[in-house]
Amino acid sequence: MTQVAEAPDIHQAIDGTVGSPFTDKPKMSTRNVDVFYGDKQAIFDVSLDIGNHEVIALIGPSGCGKSTYLRCLNRMNDTIPGCSVTGEFRLDEEDIYVKSMDPVLLRARVGMVFQKPNPFPKSIYDNVAYGPKLHGLAGNRAELDEIVVSSLQKAGLYEEVKDRLNVSGTGLSGGQQQRLCIARTIAVSPEVILMDEPASALDPIATATIEELIDELRQNYTIAIVTHSMQQAARVSQRTAYFHLGKLVEVGDTNQIFTNPQHQLTENYITGRFG
Amino acid sequence: MDTDLNLTQHISHRFNEELEEVRNMALNMGGLVEKHVSDGLKALLKADSKLGEKVASSDYKVNAMEVDIDEQCTLILARRQPAASDLRLVVSIIKTITDLERIGDEAEQLGIAAIKLADQNTKPSQFVELRHLGEHVKGMLHDALDAFARMDVEAALETIQTSTILNEEYDAISRQLILQMMEDPRQIKNALRVHWCARSLERIGDHSENICEYVVYLVKGRDVRHVSIDEMKAELED
Repeated sequence: MTQVAEAPDIHQAIDGTVGSPFTDKPKMSTRNVDVFYGDKQAIFDVSLDIGNHEVIALIGPSGCGKSTYLRCLNRMNDTIPGCSVTGEFRLDEEDIYVKSMDPVLLRARVGMVFQKPNPFPKSIYDNVAYGPKLHGLAGNRAELDEIVVSSLQKAGLYEEVKDRLNVSGTGLSGGQQQRLCIARTIAVSPEVILMDEPASALDPIATATIEELIDELRQNYTIAIVTHSMQQAARVSQRTAYFHLGKLVEVGDTNQIFTNPQHQLTENYITGRFG
Repeated sequence: MDTDLNLTQHISHRFNEELEEVRNMALNMGGLVEKHVSDGLKALLKADSKLGEKVASSDYKVNAMEVDIDEQCTLILARRQPAASDLRLVVSIIKTITDLERIGDEAEQLGIAAIKLADQNTKPSQFVELRHLGEHVKGMLHDALDAFARMDVEAALETIQTSTILNEEYDAISRQLILQMMEDPRQIKNALRVHWCARSLERIGDHSENICEYVVYLVKGRDVRHVSIDEMKAELED
């Protein structure tokens, strides 16, 4: 092309968030979030809503703070020494960083699925039953069986493993292990599911299965997903948030972000240009 | 949105080259089509059956280019899964070359008509009214292709605006030809041929307008098809 853009001054270029970071009646709302790892600031003044029953994709280059932000949503960063989180986080209007909030209970309401499938070295059944047992969700064995079966069904894994529920979860294929982890998350009836690159270690078929599952899960849960795959973000989410150097650059309807982003940095990232 | 449409800044050099290449192919196709329209019109107005023959027999080149460019675009979609401005560029090219191919078909029709009218020993003066419309359409096609090459939204909008005049000219020619036919029924056959030429030219104007609309989509990310020029401007000011 004839015109060549001058390299934008990144810090000046990100002046507030472009697009629509807020929604009506959000499931989770966050305001003015700053995160520090020791002296190093990882997130700068991020304000973002996560709508009810929506899939929101958090995208951005490595080190942009998207995973850090995601981990704030169920206080996973509490476990990291030297990490301090400030700002407002609400789940259905309720402040999740107040002292009275038990992080363990919070994480049952806001579950998480990680990049690498991490089933417990236990049977498939016990992997799923672990959470409900811990939280006392089942009164007896029959109820527990029902939770395990329905969770495996919702995760689209039941038909493949129903004859070997007592076999170790670590013996499953990568895609099956990830679905087992999703079943384990669902088993404690969360309201929100956070997914940190859930399909990056999977082949295209297993990835397609997980994406199909995300679409189904949206009926019952709110989902925030961090992904490095632009196509995946475009396929599974309704809204997309683009992070850059710890700042929230742009949030918008996914269809719009991938066809007509408003910010040059978003454009550069999703089209694979030098930022 | 006013993000820059830089094709040369991808991390993948090969992707830069692929986009640049397919864009150049589309521009070349535009150049060839423009030449065919110009020659077709010239053949018609000068009753030059040789030139008419040449235009009518070269449409295959335009068709072949369309197929080639479509294939390149398909490969880019498959390999690169382009997004944002890259996606809009590929989509605009796919749409533009469809219109260019149809313009090529209309130019072919002009060539064929030139041969037939010349065979009838029709005096070029009988369809001198086509000259003005023809020049206008040629200019419009040229401006549309220019706006596409320079990705110039302003120029595209200006070009779209001229299409109203073109429609008026076409209507005027139609009325004039009807009069001619009523006055001298022996001229009906030729008058109809001339009318078909006017129709072809008017269609070329419409296709040029489409190309301008793709330029707006490419640069601004807004789909301005099937809306009035005022709505278009209002949409772009948002």
